[in-house]
Order: sequence, then C-alpha cells, then structure tokens
Amino acid sequence: MAATATLPSTARRKPVRWGNPVTYVLALAVAAVSIAPVIYVILGGFRTTGQIAADPAGLPRPWVWSTYGSVVGQTVFWRDLLNSTLIAGGTTVGVLVLGVCAAFVLARYKFRGREGMYTYFTLGLLFPAAAGILPLYLLLSDIHLTDGYLAYLGVIIPQVAFQLPITIVILRPFFAAFPMELEDAASIDGTDRLGFFWRILLPLSRPAIVTIAVLAFVASWNAFLLPLLVLQNDSLQTVPLGVLNFSTEHSQDTAGILAFTSLSMMPALLFFSFAERQIVGGLQGAVKG
Amino acid sequence: MTATQPSVSLADRAPARPAGPRPRVPGRAARTRRKWYEIIGLTGPALLVFTLFVLVPIGFAVYYSLYRWHGYGWPTEFVGLDNYFGPLGAFRDPIFRDGLRNNFIVLVGSLAVQGPLALGIALLLNRRFRGRAVFRLLVFVPYVLAEVTVGIMWQLILQPDSAADSFLRSIGLGGLVTGWLANLNVVLWTMLFVLTWKYTGFALILFLAGLANIPDELTEAAAIDGASWWQIQRHVTIPLLGPTIRIWMFLSMIGSLQLFDIPWVTSQASVRSLGASNTMATYMVEEGFNQRLWSYGNTVAVILFVISFVAALLFQRFVLRRDVDGALTRRAN
Repeated sequence: MAATATLPSTARRKPVRWGNPVTYVLALAVAAVSIAPVIYVILGGFRTTGQIAADPAGLPRPWVWSTYGSVVGQTVFWRDLLNSTLIAGGTTVGVLVLGVCAAFVLARYKFRGREGMYTYFTLGLLFPAAAGILPLYLLLSDIHLTDGYLAYLGVIIPQVAFQLPITIVILRPFFAAFPMELEDAASIDGTDRLGFFWRILLPLSRPAIVTIAVLAFVASWNAFLLPLLVLQNDSLQTVPLGVLNFSTEHSQDTAGILAFTSLSMMPALLFFSFAERQIVGGLQGAVKG
Repeated sequence: MTATQPSVSLADRAPARPAGPRPRVPGRAARTRRKWYEIIGLTGPALLVFTLFVLVPIGFAVYYSLYRWHGYGWPTEFVGLDNYFGPLGAFRDPIFRDGLRNNFIVLVGSLAVQGPLALGIALLLNRRFRGRAVFRLLVFVPYVLAEVTVGIMWQLILQPDSAADSFLRSIGLGGLVTGWLANLNVVLWTMLFVLTWKYTGFALILFLAGLANIPDELTEAAAIDGASWWQIQRHVTIPLLGPTIRIWMFLSMIGSLQLFDIPWVTSQASVRSLGASNTMATYMVEEGFNQRLWSYGNTVAVILFVISFVAALLFQRFVLRRDVDGALTRRAN
C-alpha cells in the first residue's frame, strides 16, 4: 500500500492500470457485502417456498420460473408501477418548474429581501418533513386532496414542497455562476431577462437540471410515509406500499414475496445504473452548498 | 398567500426615489415594476407551496399539541404543555422515552460505525483501478433501494431459521442465533446493522468523491518528504476531506432523527410498542394516526422537530461554518 504513495510524481499516467491485489480483495469484499442480500432475494424468487424452508441459503434446484411469471401476470404489480411512475413524474415536473423559476430569481435578480428569501427556503433543510406529517394529512384531507384520484396530487404537491429547499440550494450557485457579460450581451441583442433565462440559461444549465430532476424522482420513488397516510385506497398505492401490502397479505408465500420484491427493485436498479453519475454529482453539489 | 406578503411590501418600497410627480419616463419605473412582477411571478408559486405544505403544518403541530383533541372540529380543550410535561405527557411516557433513546442510539451508532468504516474503505480504495466504475455502482445499490424494500428484504433474511441463521450455523456460529427481530434486547442492534448495510455505501461514495477532489500534488509532496502512507492519510488527506466528512455527519444526523421506514417495516407493531425498536417518528404515526390521538401524536412531532432543528442549527453554527457558507450562518449582504 505504501508503495504507490512513494512513487515519484511522474507516475501520474492516464491509462488506468490494474490496482494491487489488496485493493481488489477489499473492493470485492465490500461489493459482495453490498449486493449479497439483493442476490439472495433475486435467486429466492426462482425457488419454491418448500425449497427455501428446507435450505434457506441454498441455490435454486431446479429453477422455478412460475413465481416470477405469476407476479408479472398480476395487474396489481403493473398498477403499482404505473402509480409510482405518475407520482414520481409529477413530482419531478413540479420540482423542476417551481424550483428552477425560484432559483433563477434568487440567483440573477438584485432586490431587497433576496437573502432573506433564500434563508427562508433553506429552513427546510434543518428539520425532517416528517415532523409536520400529521397536520399535513389533516390539511390535505380538508382541501380534499386525499379523495379519489386527487390523492395523487395529495402526494405530489407536498413532495414538491419537500424537495424545493435542496433544489434551490443546488441550482442557485449554478445559475449565479454565469457571468453578467452573458446577460448583458443578450440584452444588447434585444432579449430581456426572461428571454435570457429561457433561451440561454436553461439550455446551458442542463447538467444541474438533470441532477435535480433525478434527485426528485428518486426521493419520490422511494417515499413511504406520506403515501402511507395519503394513499389509503389500494388502487392508488405506489411500489413501496405495494411491496409491503403483498408481504403482509401473502406472508406464507415466501417465494412469492421474494419474487415480488425483486421485480419491484428492477425499475429502480435500472434507472439508477443510468443515473448514477447525476446522483453522485447531485450529492456532491449538496456538499459544496 | 402570506408568503408573498414581504415581497409585495418590498415592492412598494423599492422604487422610492421617483416619489414626486415626475414627467413620465416609460423606462425606469415601468422596468422596476416589471422586475417586481417577474420576481413575484417566478418565486410566488414556490414560496406558496413551500410555506403551505412544509412550514404551516409545523405551526399546526405546535398548536394541536397544546390541546386535548381527537381530530374532529376545532380544538377547544386547551391543556398548555400538559401533553409534554404533564403526568401523562410525552416526557413521562416510558415508550416515548424509549423511542427517544433509540433515536440517539441510532444517531451515535451510525456516526460511530458507518463513518470510520466508510472512511477506511475510501482511503484504501482511493486510487484508480480497473473496474472502479462497476465497484461504485455495486456499492451504491443498498443506498438506491427504497427503505421499504430493504426492510422487507432483511425481514425475510432475518426470520427465524431463514438465511441468516442458516449462514451462521454453517460457519459454526449457530450459538449466536436468536430472534433477531423479536428478541427485545437484540432488535435495536439488528436494526443498526441493517442501517449500516444500507447507508455505509452512501458515506463511501461521498468520501470517494471528496477524495477525488484532493490534488495528487499534495500527497506526492508529502511522500517525497518521506511521510509514510499512514502519516499522509492522517495529516494531509483526512484534514482535506474534513468538509465532506462534516456534511456527511450532518446528513446522517438528520436522517437518524427522522428514522421511520426501516423500523416500521422490519419490526412488528408489538415489538415497537414495547419500546424495543420504536423511534420518535414511528411512535408519532402509531399514536397520532393509527390510534387517532392527534394531539399526542403532534406533541411527539413537535419534540422531533425541535430536537432536529436545534441540533441542525448548532451543527451549522459550530461545525459547518468553516466549510460552507451556510445559508443560516452567513450574514445577508
């Protein structure tokens, strides 16, 4: 380990080389611990409940495809997926529209009370949104956002609100970093500040906007507490609620729970393997404040 | 509504100079007015939504917690701070106190276990190696899975005579086997284990990203000066990673205080109700929503809010101040 540290500085080479064995042993161990339980769940779905009971940690023998088949054949599974997609999509759109507009003003307008307004939004980072969840539920039911399909909005709108502070904290410095000369040039060319916002700033800010969109989508996709309270009607339930309900309703059917759980993980895993860069970038953005 | 109020009053004040009846200059005044329309139009919706759905509920939680109230009509029976300090108040309620204690154990346990673990791994892996991208992806898996999914997954693995028990027996540690999620003395530590599994990857990814920002020249210079690997880590790398570590601590702290999903899913309600694995948040939902004890649930919520808020402010004020221009610690300019 010390060997690499004492290499002379000429050792900075672009082609990535193989690391030393210690690095790999450690990396493999950490990666194995991280995914072993997930692999167990996925493989478990290929076994029968009898097989699992006889040898809990064994491999599928023989491989059974029918459990996965029956989950995929259930409308409940697809309905949950659709609900989650609608709610996470709606939340993302809402966060984008409200967050980008507010961050733009906070970054590029000079006015009295600007820093106060920014501080006001950042208050949301200092306490868990869960603390207000009971009155929030009452408020939502008073304005009928827990009734029928309106319950979608009853989840989406508060989730947009929860996500606004971090969105503004990430976007504002990004928007503020564009040089004033760019805005002046745009105004000389005859476009006003909104035109500058729409035609120049937004297209140039795509990386930051993609990051906040991904963060909002992830937060909504995984959310549990608010949907638990608001989506009392099972036909509106999101994936986390669906998995929980399935596991309590079919508590004897271990293989079925494993199959249902692992299928419900798939969209998230696929999405995240594509968006990993944005998520990490976003977290770093949050770190830099 | 109330949220836009300050902006409106500021709007009146801002163009104060052309107060006299000047000849109409279409430029300045109109531009100023237009600017304020834009400011209000663009921030108004965000301010409104944020105020109404994040801050107003907190205010109502405080209000409801001062009454004895069951959720119907307007609260009338004012009881002051009885829900907090009265003979039946939260601070005399052993189950609530268990929840509070559990939150603090989780908080301290998360900081003490995940941080050093992730830091150690990050330092050892802080170099480019082939397959690093794949490694990062795999380590990220526990973090991106929904808490509920993780909870159900571990619940299945930790059931009596399931995978965990059979794994322990196969490596000769069968004597350790216990009711991981049912033994009241063990369940909290089981939960801490699950949390460590879920969130260490998050800390690791943050630390690796932070390490990538430390210029190689610094560690190389130290190496030329004859510093050992450990001395370099101790005196160069870890101090430079300080801001990242402190932000992680902040996020971990707030996360631990609001812990809800994993205890809710992995523990039976009966285990939670005995105080073995409940948290402030699970107790709030259990009492306030499931039992419909609205004012008591809100009391728990307010305590959760105050503890988080005070802890976050103190942390921002004393620990993070050097690192980020924290919005709440910086003087408005």
